[in-house]
Amino acid sequence: MADLLQVQGVTKRFGGLIALEDVSLSVRDGEIYGLIGPNGAGKTTLFNCMTGLYDLTGGEVRLGGVLLNGLKPHRIVEAGFARTFQNIRLFANMTALENVMVGRHVRTRIGLVGAILRTPRARAEEAAIRDRAVALLDHVGLRGKARTLAGHLSYGDQRRLEIARALATEPRLLALDEPVAGMNPTERRQMADLFQRLRADGLTLLLIEHDVKLVMGLCDRVAVLDYGRKIAEGEPARVRADPAVIAAYLGGEAA
Amino acid sequence: MRTALDALRARPRLAFALLAALLVALPFLVGAGLGNSWVRVLDFVLLYILLALGLNIVVGYAGLLDLGFIAFYAIGAYVYALLASPHFGLHLPFWAILPISMALAGLFGVLLGTPTLRLRGDYLAIVTLGFHEIIRIFLNNLNAPYNLTNGPQGINLIDPITIGGHALSRPLELFGVTVPSTYLYYYVFLAFTLLVMAVAIRLQDSRLGRAWAALREDEVAAAAMGINTRNVKLLAFAMGATFAGLAGGLFASFQGFVSPESFSLWESFLVLCMIVLGGMGHIPGVILGAALLTVIPEALRYLGDLQRATLGHVVLDPADLRMLLFGIALVIMMIYRPAGLIPSRQRKRELTARDGVAEQEQASLYDAKA
Repeated sequence: MADLLQVQGVTKRFGGLIALEDVSLSVRDGEIYGLIGPNGAGKTTLFNCMTGLYDLTGGEVRLGGVLLNGLKPHRIVEAGFARTFQNIRLFANMTALENVMVGRHVRTRIGLVGAILRTPRARAEEAAIRDRAVALLDHVGLRGKARTLAGHLSYGDQRRLEIARALATEPRLLALDEPVAGMNPTERRQMADLFQRLRADGLTLLLIEHDVKLVMGLCDRVAVLDYGRKIAEGEPARVRADPAVIAAYLGGEAA
Repeated sequence: MRTALDALRARPRLAFALLAALLVALPFLVGAGLGNSWVRVLDFVLLYILLALGLNIVVGYAGLLDLGFIAFYAIGAYVYALLASPHFGLHLPFWAILPISMALAGLFGVLLGTPTLRLRGDYLAIVTLGFHEIIRIFLNNLNAPYNLTNGPQGINLIDPITIGGHALSRPLELFGVTVPSTYLYYYVFLAFTLLVMAVAIRLQDSRLGRAWAALREDEVAAAAMGINTRNVKLLAFAMGATFAGLAGGLFASFQGFVSPESFSLWESFLVLCMIVLGGMGHIPGVILGAALLTVIPEALRYLGDLQRATLGHVVLDPADLRMLLFGIALVIMMIYRPAGLIPSRQRKRELTARDGVAEQEQASLYDAKA
């Protein structure tokens, strides 16, 4: 399978702090790729670098061969890279449906004039946005919650809604930042099922996760970050046995 | 009363017809009941509704705190004044000038928006405040070396709006009824207000309106969901300024005179108060706020007369009293109805809900660590 996402020598410095140092990895088309590592290892920083929220200090990120460096966040979404946030960032005072409809923004084009005149094209597009959003809510298991304010949804449902909103942008790669954090085992299993379904739909998933069991069961390959460097990459079982990984998680002496 | 309202709700067409009849008859009712000077107040109510609807797009929809909004009103008014007065000897018709007023005000909206794109909240408010002062000082001083604005004296003898050969500054004889000038302006302003209202409603309920709401809720998330935050912000500034430009043009033609004095900072605060008081982001609230804050100061004038009649002289100047009452009213509002008199569904939750995402988020992070 071809590489969909290529991260080449990415470095990110905040003043004197090196958050990421020469990180390279590649995610293949259609796989579920896990990114793990202890707290503060730089996983979320890497996400923010890839999605244009941070400028890179060095290195490059390509999606399907397209260089993402220096692109504005909305351009990166347009290129087919969608994400969710570790600390849920929904539009809390908008309904679940409206949240997903916002996700359609990048794939639709009616502007000021169309909105004011309500042209037939504008109406048709608006209806299509709504239909698609309803279908996506259904797909992630939020049927019947369309009119609930996002801020009033249960924690698990908020996670699902973030995924639906990201899916609305029609991504090729969906990056999920700790999507099952704080969930109970049943909810985790349901989320894992959802990820399998998304992969079956043809999506590539990049996953930051702490839950080792989930990662081992779900991911085709994983990479381990520690202090901003990649210390291991490969199939889950092999990575788990890697002495460097064990050392990173259990402390330097354990190796 | 309640049953009558319910009956009307069940028959929207009848309700619509009654409302339309009321709006048409309003100046006559007000004129007969309170005197013609109150019809003039009514005209100003409509102008302020136009302004408040414009500012509501910037502050209420997109969440960008703009304290210099009246600058765009001034630009619209001066464009009208310059193109339809003896100052340059130009006398273009109103339908030619108003689009220019709107376009130029909108352009200045973008000019203000561009350098402030990275600013939020308080910082944005300070820059917009400065922008307002810059415009006002320019208007005050652009009488030399080249006399563009006629300085503090302002521009006089501005042409009234002329429709079908009739200048609205003169009363119109219609079927034996004399309709005074302020009544005629009422109908023109009403038409524009309804038009702008329709535009504001349609914008709110559109792809663009959702983008504005997303921007207001969480700018980072909006960008990460594919919204071009720069363009969407500039569009909000431009749309708000365009509405203000229209109101400014109408104001200039109605007054026949503009000077920098009409565009003080107080006016900017007043319009902001209107939307805060009425209910930010919600059109009925904005209209109510504009109406109340225009009518109340006028009504307070009677207090001066009352004092003169009972006490022989004015103890409390109504103009001072106005400031005092505004202050008290706003403080009371902040305590009891922080979302405004008629809040929007969203705003109400934002300002009153205690179980929003923020708390849940913290709780979840706590869970995750535990």
